[in-house]
Amino acid sequence: MNSSQKNRSQPIEAIVIGASAGGVQALLRLLQILPTGFHLPVIAVLHLPKAQESHLAEVFRLHVKMPVSQVQDKQRIAPGQIYFAPPDYHLSVERDRSFSLSCEEPVHYSRPAIDILLSSAADAYGPALAAMLLTGASHDGAEGLAYVKAAGGLTFVQDPAEAESATMPQAAIDRCQPDNVLNLQGLQAALLAMENH
Amino acid sequence: METGSIEIELELLMQAIYLKYSYDFRNYAGASLKRRVLHAQQEMGCSSISALQAKVVHDPNAFTALLQFLTVPTTEMFRDPAYFLALREQVIPFLKTYPSLKIWVAGCSTGEELYSMAILLHEEGLLERSIIYATDINPKSLELARKGIFALERVRSYGANYRAAGGTGSLTDYYTAAYEGALFNRELCENITFADHSLATDSVFAETHLVCCRNVMIYFNRELQERALGLFYESLCRRGFLGLGSKETIEFSPYANRFEALVRAQRIYRKI
Repeated sequence: MNSSQKNRSQPIEAIVIGASAGGVQALLRLLQILPTGFHLPVIAVLHLPKAQESHLAEVFRLHVKMPVSQVQDKQRIAPGQIYFAPPDYHLSVERDRSFSLSCEEPVHYSRPAIDILLSSAADAYGPALAAMLLTGASHDGAEGLAYVKAAGGLTFVQDPAEAESATMPQAAIDRCQPDNVLNLQGLQAALLAMENH
Repeated sequence: METGSIEIELELLMQAIYLKYSYDFRNYAGASLKRRVLHAQQEMGCSSISALQAKVVHDPNAFTALLQFLTVPTTEMFRDPAYFLALREQVIPFLKTYPSLKIWVAGCSTGEELYSMAILLHEEGLLERSIIYATDINPKSLELARKGIFALERVRSYGANYRAAGGTGSLTDYYTAAYEGALFNRELCENITFADHSLATDSVFAETHLVCCRNVMIYFNRELQERALGLFYESLCRRGFLGLGSKETIEFSPYANRFEALVRAQRIYRKI
């Protein structure tokens, strides 16, 4: 199932990840595997109640080896960093590979929205982007993942059978036939393989 | 990434709008602008951005309609209460030392933050000796701000923000509820000057003591952000104050060393 990755000549330059219900645990497991010095940027949108969202970076900092921060507007994307969207702002990647924030309407009742991060990152990175969609009870992310795939990026979805909430990964599978449907262990391996490419 | 046809159409649309109406969106942050144009294209029944461009160039009413999509009106009263609390506790004491005050609320949109500011100044005894300049590029938003009527249901939800921002009375003291609307007291507006002003094309119009521009420059690219910061720097008096949105920063701009952080967490800066 991992064939599309092996046959690619295009190296991955950035990783975007979206998760919703059950996403904290899943994302923690996924990112814990990454070593200090992992050189790709990892950009995440995780839906949470407003009050908890603001502490995401702090919580993850305690459990992962890579540096973790909450994005500030106009910040340039640096390698080897994990970035989280700030609460109540949409997070976009600009074509010059810097971040921008926005207060546009929520998408699928969410701000930040996964669709917005994924589609803007696809515009910026094209085939050099890898996108992962994890557990969630929302439909956010399916359209964004389809957009990433159409731009030639590499798409991953957590196996709905393993996901705490299957709705979001299943919606993406139905929408765009992602390149890979894997459990968290498989996604970990895929992440590590991207850097060794 | 190579430039796709949508990107070409977007650039041409912005150029056309600039040439025809002198509204300059050419240096707006691309990702969000693209989403809003595509949304407008769909809502305005155009088959492509190029078709939207043709419509807008030939019909000023279509441009007014498009403008409503291009500006983002999301705002609330006392948004980020900690910011208003910091203004009250750490900026107001300095402002009280001036015999008269000029304050610029740049990109005031429909006015929610503007009225929050007026209420804060009133409670601190400063409103009567203040002139507030409220500027925006969208005439419809300015008109709504001038009227000071907000949806009652929303205003009721601002009570918690008001209290967290250190409000000394009750938010209900400041408006009259009628039907579904909350009309804010006209006394709050007596010293407010509403004006059409663009941070992209216009220049400085007054010397000010405090500039508030929150969640406006997030829609600009770095170049335009720099222009706006330049206007604020020029407008502010010696040791004047600048308040930005909670995720905005001047750190990435050449103005970083021309301001010092007064309350870093709340993005309140002071001109050096």
